[in-house]
Amino acid sequence: MGGVPCNHTLIFLSLILFILPSALAISSENVEGYSINGRVKFPGSVIGPGLPPKISDVKVILNGGQRVTFLRPDGYFSFHNVPAGTHLIEVAAIGYFFSPVRVDVSARNPGKVQAALTENRRVLSELVLEPLREEQYYEIREPFSIMSIVKSPMGLMVGFMVIVMFLMPKLVDAEEMKRAQEEMRNQGTPSLANFLGGAQRTS
Amino acid sequence: MNIVFRVFLLLLTIFSSSYPTLCIYEDQVGHMDWHQQYIGKVKHAVFHTQKAARKRVVVSTEENVVASLDLRRGEIFWRHVLGPNDVIDAIDIALGKYVITLSSGGTILRAWNLPDGQMIWESTLSGSTPSKLLLSIPTNLKIGKDDVIFVYSSGCLNAVASIDGEVIWKNELTSEGGDVQQLIYPEGTDIIYAIGLVGLAQFDAYQINVKTGELLKHSSMVFPPGFSGDLLFITSNIAVGLDSTGSILVAVHFQDGAISFHQTRVSELGWDFSGPAVMLPTKLTGMFALEINKSIVFIKVTNEGKLEVLDTLGHSTAVSESLYLSEGQQAFGLVQQGDGKIILTMKLGNDWTNNLLQETIQMDYQRGIAQKVFINTYVRTDRSYGFRALIVMEDHSLFLLQQGEIVWSREDGLASITDVMVSELPVEKDGVSVAKVEHNLFEWLKGHLLKLKGTLMIATPDDVAAIQKMRLQSSEKSKMTRDHNGFRKLLIVLTRAGKLLALHTGDGRIVWSLLLDSLRKSETCQNPRGLSLHQWQDPHHHVLDENPSVLVVGRCDYSTDSPGVLSIVDTYTGQERNHMGPTHSITRVIPLPFTDSVEQRLHLLLDVNRQARLYPRSNEALDIFQRELGNIYWYSADVDEGILKGHAVQNNCILEIADSYCFNTRDLWSIVLPSESEKIIATATRNSIEAVHTQAKVTSDQEVMYKYISKNLLFLATVAPKAVGPIGSVTPEESWLVVYVIDTVTGRILHRMTHHGSQGPVRAVFSENWVVYHYFNLKAHRYEMSVIEIYDQSRLENKDILKLLLGKHNLSSPITAYSRPEVITKSQSYFFTHSLKTLAVTSTAKGITSKQLLLGTIGDQVLALDKRFLDPRRTINPTQAEKEEGIIPLTDSLPIIPQSYVTHALKVEGLRGITTVPAKLESTTLVFAYGVDLFFIRLAPSRTYDSLTEDFSYALLLITIVVLVIAIFVTWVWSEKKELQEKWR
Repeated sequence: MGGVPCNHTLIFLSLILFILPSALAISSENVEGYSINGRVKFPGSVIGPGLPPKISDVKVILNGGQRVTFLRPDGYFSFHNVPAGTHLIEVAAIGYFFSPVRVDVSARNPGKVQAALTENRRVLSELVLEPLREEQYYEIREPFSIMSIVKSPMGLMVGFMVIVMFLMPKLVDAEEMKRAQEEMRNQGTPSLANFLGGAQRTS
Repeated sequence: MNIVFRVFLLLLTIFSSSYPTLCIYEDQVGHMDWHQQYIGKVKHAVFHTQKAARKRVVVSTEENVVASLDLRRGEIFWRHVLGPNDVIDAIDIALGKYVITLSSGGTILRAWNLPDGQMIWESTLSGSTPSKLLLSIPTNLKIGKDDVIFVYSSGCLNAVASIDGEVIWKNELTSEGGDVQQLIYPEGTDIIYAIGLVGLAQFDAYQINVKTGELLKHSSMVFPPGFSGDLLFITSNIAVGLDSTGSILVAVHFQDGAISFHQTRVSELGWDFSGPAVMLPTKLTGMFALEINKSIVFIKVTNEGKLEVLDTLGHSTAVSESLYLSEGQQAFGLVQQGDGKIILTMKLGNDWTNNLLQETIQMDYQRGIAQKVFINTYVRTDRSYGFRALIVMEDHSLFLLQQGEIVWSREDGLASITDVMVSELPVEKDGVSVAKVEHNLFEWLKGHLLKLKGTLMIATPDDVAAIQKMRLQSSEKSKMTRDHNGFRKLLIVLTRAGKLLALHTGDGRIVWSLLLDSLRKSETCQNPRGLSLHQWQDPHHHVLDENPSVLVVGRCDYSTDSPGVLSIVDTYTGQERNHMGPTHSITRVIPLPFTDSVEQRLHLLLDVNRQARLYPRSNEALDIFQRELGNIYWYSADVDEGILKGHAVQNNCILEIADSYCFNTRDLWSIVLPSESEKIIATATRNSIEAVHTQAKVTSDQEVMYKYISKNLLFLATVAPKAVGPIGSVTPEESWLVVYVIDTVTGRILHRMTHHGSQGPVRAVFSENWVVYHYFNLKAHRYEMSVIEIYDQSRLENKDILKLLLGKHNLSSPITAYSRPEVITKSQSYFFTHSLKTLAVTSTAKGITSKQLLLGTIGDQVLALDKRFLDPRRTINPTQAEKEEGIIPLTDSLPIIPQSYVTHALKVEGLRGITTVPAKLESTTLVFAYGVDLFFIRLAPSRTYDSLTEDFSYALLLITIVVLVIAIFVTWVWSEKKELQEKWR
């Protein structure tokens, strides 16, 4: 985007100054206020699964909703007639987390950029806003694995049964087992009532 | 006792060991939630049908939305919701590819790419004097190489290049304090005419060179009686206005600097016109319309400035703008109202008697009258003209008519919801058909096998689509009866158009709609608007013979002392049961915690004269009210004066006509805030029907803390008067935020705290014994959220078991708001990244489930944040015991976990409010977020611990059981064999 020329036809000062493509600044203007010009930059689509968001759906918000603007195709945005003071700029883009930016508009030395991310206090030399991270709104389904089945309640049930069936007999001594079986045969058919009764007696 | 505590803590730890996030899988979208997109009431519409490309209509709406709609189906191609102060004044299409919008009082001009809605350029037009706003895009006018747009705003005429938005020239026209009314650019010339008025009496015509902006000629003429308002421009050289008395029509003829006036008395037009005449803001060529005696008179203007009455139509007629056909002909459309239908008439501009077209379309009575009509033409196959008409109805819905039929309709009244109420559905009775859930066992098993495949990630894309379809089509969720879990309910919404709609929570469809007659414009009620909805009757014991109903409260005008209107609507049938009004003014509606024998809730309505009126007006209600008179208190906050007052009912009013339902009120207490240092900016109270499960909180060191739970608590936030403005208008030194927790029965201030260097806006939510609020910290230049928890110290001795046994406890002493219990408050603050638009808290049926805060962020998303993050007992290094209790280590800012966005990857554009309703199932809460869009979701803040999740795989369970049974048989056979071998050995 090139500079925007202006024709002063009447006493009013034109409000549009040259906006240089790289150097973004708070430019002094007429008595009403200053302009904040900046740019939103998305990382290339190399990293991450999603493509960069539709740039037309990105909003730039000044002071918690006092003013809302949109991005031009090249990612630039501007707020005009902003009074001197410390302002807050937020970027709303689905899929990305942006830190709000503190922007100082100074009446004393106009043209000086003072911007800092409020999340990590990083000072920005120019107002180029980049997302801190991508936001993944959905849980990602775990790919199919034997572990996921084993970990599920049913898997645990089956696993427990297997352990009881195959490992328990091995843990118990064969001789002892035989003796226990002998004993059981002597006592007659084992029943649950018997077993419970026995358990009570032993305790 | 000890063991019980241990077990309880252990269970608690198990339940709360992981941070419960929402965990929605992408294929679950639309399963528990629905999302609807709207645009709002259309103000302007521009058709784009010239090219062979997709036909579309570009609209701007009262919700500050600019959108491009598909002309075939009415779907949104793209849409932008501008800021709340960025009202769109005009739209048009330039160069055949850019949508131009003029907004913010004519100071911001933007161009949007027509196919995809990308903003191409934005231009700020300076100027300070408010004036009329005009946007004119001449075809085929180039200055140098640029096509040009003329904008008149703030008293200046600007020529703007349509390709990049730069201002080519600018001319301040109205240095004398006048205002330009019309820009006229005769095609193919070098002169643009700006016609205006100075002080409603002097007619001015400017001629301006289009290339340079130079003022070529300025002619003016004074019309001594003065005009009563704006002029209407009939042709390129005739304007018509009414004089200041409203009884003389003035035709102004202006040509090349020569101005002449022709006056005609309204009564001379051959009709018996009495009463004041009003000019309708029509844009017709060669004619205009006057509204006299509730009818619309169309008057033709001849070239000599003579007036001729064409026809008189009923006053509810909508007129379109003139539409240029070929051969210099012009057509326009009229929409008249019939009984349950509308009549669309197309006429040629110079021929009143013959209709080009007349169509009658059936229209639901609940849509009201047609308010706006926009027309567009197309060439039929037989080379004759066909017409499309875009109609905006009284309920803000949008229709496209073509060939006598409704091609599509949009329910855009839902973009302006003012209040939401929830109603139960009817109980399932015999005869109420129960939709078949599953066809047979095979189908059922097949469905579950598919689900199993999905969970195991071995499903093919076709399977995934089948699962999605199965879930969305589940008839279970859209049935018209109550369900066991309480998920199916009706959302009753009141829109700004005065329409009441019932939405089904299952799929968001409209069950019924009702345009309330009491909220329609009438003789006695000029500017009616709905204020709020209240639960009038919510039967539990009489559930089979009484229908629930809501009370709709409205007001006839903008001021608080204007008469009020009331109506009661049945929520099953959508019929109005009763209405009242216009009646006394309504400043506040207080639902009382009492119901009469048919479970109608008692309401107290306050008016500006501080008199309270009881509803329903029945003797039974009056009896109940008299009995409870001593227990009714309320407060009022006077924001302008900075006074907080407590009130109670005193005695019956003394009126000319005795009214036993009217009561005088008395002041109980008042708190006067120092106006030079504090200004009220926010209040919050507890939801009166909120369920609290436990009054005590057991801490890790086995101490009991009693929550101070009172329904009469008020959270109040004040800021320094200088800090009322937006961020950036005040320095941290001269700004502070003071928060109070006040008991509204006694006026006792339970807690007061000052946040130095902070300012609003403050969003707050009060629940149980805590309040959470969001504000801006100017020193750190970040948003902060704070929590205050209030505990009752006076009940601390209750935990002594010995005293409990000896009867020396105060558990049985009556709890009264007059007692002054010792309370302690705990508070903590955290940073939070985003600005908030709204703040809410989840609510469940019994209040057992832990709470989540629902934060409506500036990016129009809704974030769920566990209350455990806002716990004043958080420390940097919690002890092991505290960790077991679920206390999270203290961090300076609150975490934003993307998976806990309730709205996942969607946006609720223009978010205004969030309503939460408990479901019958304790773990679940229903959340409805509304703005320009609507969004509904079923949430389980601590996961669904009391029911199986939807994706629970019955198939896997079945398979496991089968496997186990088989295994038992196998082992049985096996052991038998083994035993046999043993015996044989």
